[in-house]
Amino acid sequence: MIHSLLARGSSIFRSSAMQRVLAFGGLIVLFVGFSLASPNFFNFENIKGILLATAVNGVLALGSTFVIITAGIDLSVGTVMTFSAVMTGVFITFWHLPVPLGVLAGLSAGALCGFLNGTMVSRMRLPPFVATLGMLYATKGLSLVISGLKPIYFTDTPEFATISMGSILGMIIPGFDIPNAVLILFGAAILANLILTKTVIGRYTFAIGSNEEATRLSGVNVNAWKTVIYTMCGIFAGLGGVLMGARLNSAQPALGAGYELDAIAAAVIGGTSLKGGEGTIVGTIIGAFVISTLANGLRILSVPQEWQIVVTGAILVMAVYMDNLRRRKE
Amino acid sequence: MPDKNPEDYLVLMQGIDKHFPGVHALNQCRFDLKRGEVHALVGENGAGKSTLMKVLAGVYKKDAGRIFVRGQEVEIPNPRAAIDLGISTIHQELNLIPHLTVAQNIFIGREPRQKIRFLLDDKAINEKAQQVFDMMHLKLEPGTLVANLTVAKQQMVEIAKALSLNAEVLIMDEPTAALTEAEIEELFRIIRKLREQGVGVIYISHRLEELKQISDRVTVMRDGHTIDTVNTQDATIDQIISMMVGRTIYEAAPDVPEHQEEEVVLEVRNLSRGNVIKDVSFKLKKGEILGFAGLMGAGRTEVARAIFGADPVDSGEIYVHGRKAVIRSPKDAVKYGIGYLSEDRKRFGLTLDLDVENNMVLATFRKFMGALGWVNDSKIHQTANHYVQALSIKTPSVQQKARYLSGGNQQKVVIGKWLTCDTDILIFDEPTRGIDVGAKSEIYRLLNELAHQGKSIIMISSELPEILRMSHRIVVMCEGRITGELSSAEATQEKIMKLATQRGVVMRDNGVALPQNNGVV
Ligand SMILES: Nc1ncnc2c1ncn2[C@@H]1O[C@H](COP(=O)(O)OP(=O)(O)OP(=O)(O)O)[C@@H](O)[C@H]1O
Ligand SMILES: [Mg+2]
Repeated sequence: MIHSLLARGSSIFRSSAMQRVLAFGGLIVLFVGFSLASPNFFNFENIKGILLATAVNGVLALGSTFVIITAGIDLSVGTVMTFSAVMTGVFITFWHLPVPLGVLAGLSAGALCGFLNGTMVSRMRLPPFVATLGMLYATKGLSLVISGLKPIYFTDTPEFATISMGSILGMIIPGFDIPNAVLILFGAAILANLILTKTVIGRYTFAIGSNEEATRLSGVNVNAWKTVIYTMCGIFAGLGGVLMGARLNSAQPALGAGYELDAIAAAVIGGTSLKGGEGTIVGTIIGAFVISTLANGLRILSVPQEWQIVVTGAILVMAVYMDNLRRRKE
Repeated sequence: MPDKNPEDYLVLMQGIDKHFPGVHALNQCRFDLKRGEVHALVGENGAGKSTLMKVLAGVYKKDAGRIFVRGQEVEIPNPRAAIDLGISTIHQELNLIPHLTVAQNIFIGREPRQKIRFLLDDKAINEKAQQVFDMMHLKLEPGTLVANLTVAKQQMVEIAKALSLNAEVLIMDEPTAALTEAEIEELFRIIRKLREQGVGVIYISHRLEELKQISDRVTVMRDGHTIDTVNTQDATIDQIISMMVGRTIYEAAPDVPEHQEEEVVLEVRNLSRGNVIKDVSFKLKKGEILGFAGLMGAGRTEVARAIFGADPVDSGEIYVHGRKAVIRSPKDAVKYGIGYLSEDRKRFGLTLDLDVENNMVLATFRKFMGALGWVNDSKIHQTANHYVQALSIKTPSVQQKARYLSGGNQQKVVIGKWLTCDTDILIFDEPTRGIDVGAKSEIYRLLNELAHQGKSIIMISSELPEILRMSHRIVVMCEGRITGELSSAEATQEKIMKLATQRGVVMRDNGVALPQNNGVV
């Protein structure tokens, strides 16, 4: 009862914007810091590298953001991503189907996994943690089974790799060869932002995360919408799989576990609340960039990769701690 | 029971049965509602009122029984089905979505779209919400986040939401519990207008004096049974009460014990905070019950929260037992021996998933620990059972999760929790709101007992009879200021109302002119 009292605080929510400002400020600090520390950081090639490195995690984090705003969690996005890449490989390389069909297969595989997650969470009332953990194992195993434990290469269809590594921008503005994967990330982010802020899906995403019971009593079919939201998260994971496959020019069946945590970290650093009801796409994108910039900068400074992981963890905890601090102040 | 013709009624419920684990909540209940009437539903805490209405609203599935709406037998499997049948509900617990705006809350589930059907039309939402507010004479910004509203305002949003559905059946479960007098008047005006338009209103309240003002018929429930339905005109309040409790209860005469001690335990000097608390000073003596009267929004809760360290203040000093106290947080306050029972108990006073007994001892857990941190379960059991009986809390056992108690009984648990505390200074904010008549007098008795033991009590209450009956001394506030102090001997309802509206006709922020003295019975 004692914290009663926050309730009346005037501007709990203005400060969600605050968290985003913090994250953005942090990103700038990282940029300036690394630029001063190393001459190799702030140049076109390296920035391009950071952008590309953000693409996959960014896309995964978009889907995770929706799920987390509903006060849920999706632990399966990393392995679903791999599963989708493998399915794309099956279509294109094993079955020699056209590339667009392969892409569609990847997205559909993601959608199917998301749909199953959503069904387990809503109709079967499994806790999201458990349902998606199950999906993590299932897709991890399936990827290995289907691929026969070996990577599936896309060497016969060089055009597939251009989805990630080609550069339409480079063709329009010579020299400015930002990879397509980055364009796709921003396109997906704009779409996600539109869905989150302007459509019924977005409205119910916040409503469910903020007060599920009240949403249900308002006549909203909460189960159906949760399924939609998890399915959407799956589609983003599928898109991540396509981008990943195109970038590596292969589907690597053993890859994937751990990506879900990066995606969750990106959303959380960007101000999405694990308690639900709060979050933005802009924040998530900034969060994704914070993570990849950190990794990139530390690598340039020759910090061993193991330590990069430690630092990422520290940054994550710090971001959430600062978020809590300002909440407590309210 | 003679069978009624469903055609004659807007809603007819017959033989409704509902079991929860360990509780037979509804036992062959019946209820009917005609067009253009206000039908009140009353009963003690836990009688089954909310459950019966939740069956009608599609929240709970009935075990047995039949429901007719407009003469047709219907099944109502979910809230959507109820809404589609034209049944709209204001639940006892506030059911808003804190992270959405007021307008978004009102139109959730039926959002207006733009021409591209995919996109929401937030402009239209805001405009439509504004229209509803205008109709209600309510001053509220449609774009405000619900989380930033006071409980009273949230309640008004709930009402606006229910009205905007243009329902034919409107269920209101204790809608006035958190409203100001002016807002209640406004609500009654709206209800009367709806009645003229042929809407049937089901009205649940523990403020029995409201029944005479607003209802046409009254149905009384007790222990999951429908006892009787009477025309409001034909029954006295006392008759209704005795139907509710199943016996005649005699209201004990006000028994304020003489207060003699002069020792000041708490002194507040020149407390100010923005324009909600303006230069407030007062003293609280040992063994005294100091009543804080005023209209809702007068700043009484704000003063309590400031003393309790829940809100920062701009200036002012607090002395406990003559020594200056630095209170920056509720933790500090508890250290100084100050306890505060929040008016918003639902949200802050209970751990819903914990059982009744552990909720009760949560604030005083240390008392129940033996050597090595061993928890003395049997002592907890005993204490909890004691208060369950003392406050007549209706629960199958003290091991029931608080979540499954009726609204009023949850509040009693919170009160029990603070009664187990050993604090010298207790601030009770609306201690009897939403509590049935029988339990009210029990709470009064307990407060008197505490004062008798030498504890000092600040009691904030918007119910004048309660203030008059309980207080040794009464402080009246209006718009953040203390406008007067009365001894129990000189205090009358008229004097308090006059002080509570010190500035003549005050325009409240919902734009309704407050009457100088509206019959608080
Ligand atoms: N979900 C539930 N699970 C278990 N028991 C329940 C549940 N809901 C209500 N009950 C029990 O059913 C009985 C009737 O509760 P109900 O909420 O209908 O009372 P009420 O008449 O509305 O009381 P109040 O005036 O306190 O709001 C109570 O004994 C309560 O404990
Ligand atoms: Mg109730």
